[in-house]
Amino acid sequence: MTGVRVLAGTRKGAFVLTSDGGRDRWEVSGPHFAGWEVYHVKGSPADPDRLYASQCSGWSGQVIQRSDDGGRTWAPAGNQFVYDGTPGTHQWYDGTPHPWEFARVWHLEPSLDDPDTVWAGVEDAGLFRSRDGGQSWQELPALRGHKSGPSWQPGAGGMCLHTILLDPSAPGRMFAAISAAGAFRSDDAGQSWRPVNRGLQSEGIPDPDAEVGHCVHRLAMHPSRPGVLFMQKHWDVMRSDDSGESWREVSGNLPTDFGFPIDVHAHEPDTVYVVPITSDAQHFPPEGKLRVYRSRTGGDDWEPLTNGLPQEHCYVNVLRDAMAVDSLEECGIYFGTTGGQVYASADSGDTWAPIVRDLPAVLSVEVQTLP
Amino acid sequence: MIRVVLPSHLRVLARIDGEVRLDVAGPVTQRTLLDALEASYPVLRGTIRGHDSGPRRPFIRFFACEQDLSHEPPDTPLPGPVAAGLEPYLIVGAMAGG
Repeated sequence: MTGVRVLAGTRKGAFVLTSDGGRDRWEVSGPHFAGWEVYHVKGSPADPDRLYASQCSGWSGQVIQRSDDGGRTWAPAGNQFVYDGTPGTHQWYDGTPHPWEFARVWHLEPSLDDPDTVWAGVEDAGLFRSRDGGQSWQELPALRGHKSGPSWQPGAGGMCLHTILLDPSAPGRMFAAISAAGAFRSDDAGQSWRPVNRGLQSEGIPDPDAEVGHCVHRLAMHPSRPGVLFMQKHWDVMRSDDSGESWREVSGNLPTDFGFPIDVHAHEPDTVYVVPITSDAQHFPPEGKLRVYRSRTGGDDWEPLTNGLPQEHCYVNVLRDAMAVDSLEECGIYFGTTGGQVYASADSGDTWAPIVRDLPAVLSVEVQTLP
Repeated sequence: MIRVVLPSHLRVLARIDGEVRLDVAGPVTQRTLLDALEASYPVLRGTIRGHDSGPRRPFIRFFACEQDLSHEPPDTPLPGPVAAGLEPYLIVGAMAGG
């Protein structure tokens, strides 16, 4: 039976939310890994029963969990993340050199065609890969070793590699984004990388042509048109029509162009979603109204989506990895908040309802469309 | 048998119910005890100290016989009552870090 499985990572555990294609009645299981921060949970496109979860705590560090039955049972996998060679330094907040130190896995991106291959984006920013179902991890050091690496500085949340996009049409092409270094592209499966930030302008960087240093919050791509990328930057919503070679701003009529997540409709490559947030100093929606904004024109023209979302006294945030879409015939949109709600829309964003209201702060949301 | 008490979050992770009892070959030190613990429960590798007998994680503490042994060198023999199995070795999550 067709259905969806929503994978929510929170500050105190993971939750698996399942529904049939109607998406109006939900079963909630969890908390899995109760008490631990779960930064991300994601399923393999090649085997929907294979899930990976990043579990961590201030006491006991990083654990990777794996499920082979769609999240009903889990088993710990490998948790040793060692930077390749002598790690060297990046810049600390005060501009002094700071050694690269592994803190946690922010994002897990399973391979498009092999359930045992999964990529991990980590803090301090680095890219790792496992080819044995998460048992062992090897760094692909070319990204961290880029000549600009020693100049990278952490964003407020740490120097995290938070976005990994795999291009389904070009084997070996992938994108990564780092706060606050910027977006990077590889055309050889991560063996070499180059910054793709031309056109980004950040008020915190005096050089308008700076190659790196941009606080990219999130990238999104539609699989049918992977040359077009959308970006939520610290400030500014951006679009690239040439695989990141150049970017232009498409913030248009948004009430604020600060925010974290961005995603693309499953069937309409020019329909894009963001959640405007007041500012970098005020991480909550403008006017206390939680609004998703949708553009059906690939940016510039945006409409607020409010039906079913709180329109007063709402001061939650929506974090960068906490929005996802399903690929049912009527596309479903999902996002989680720092207030513990997971909202779902089964009609491309026209109407919304909470699946759950009182989880711990939601760090990430992924969705699997089940056969 | 050496008795070891783990914090609840690690008991859940390792699926341990109650105290752990370990055979430790040779001198009973923090290093040999943790080596034996990790050999019995590989999932604990990296969660108490760094991989490959690395340093104690900052928010993990080691207590025994009403003493804080967290800053003792790893090869210092543990107190006799711990080595004799009379007193447990306590691995504790510090009152920070969670």
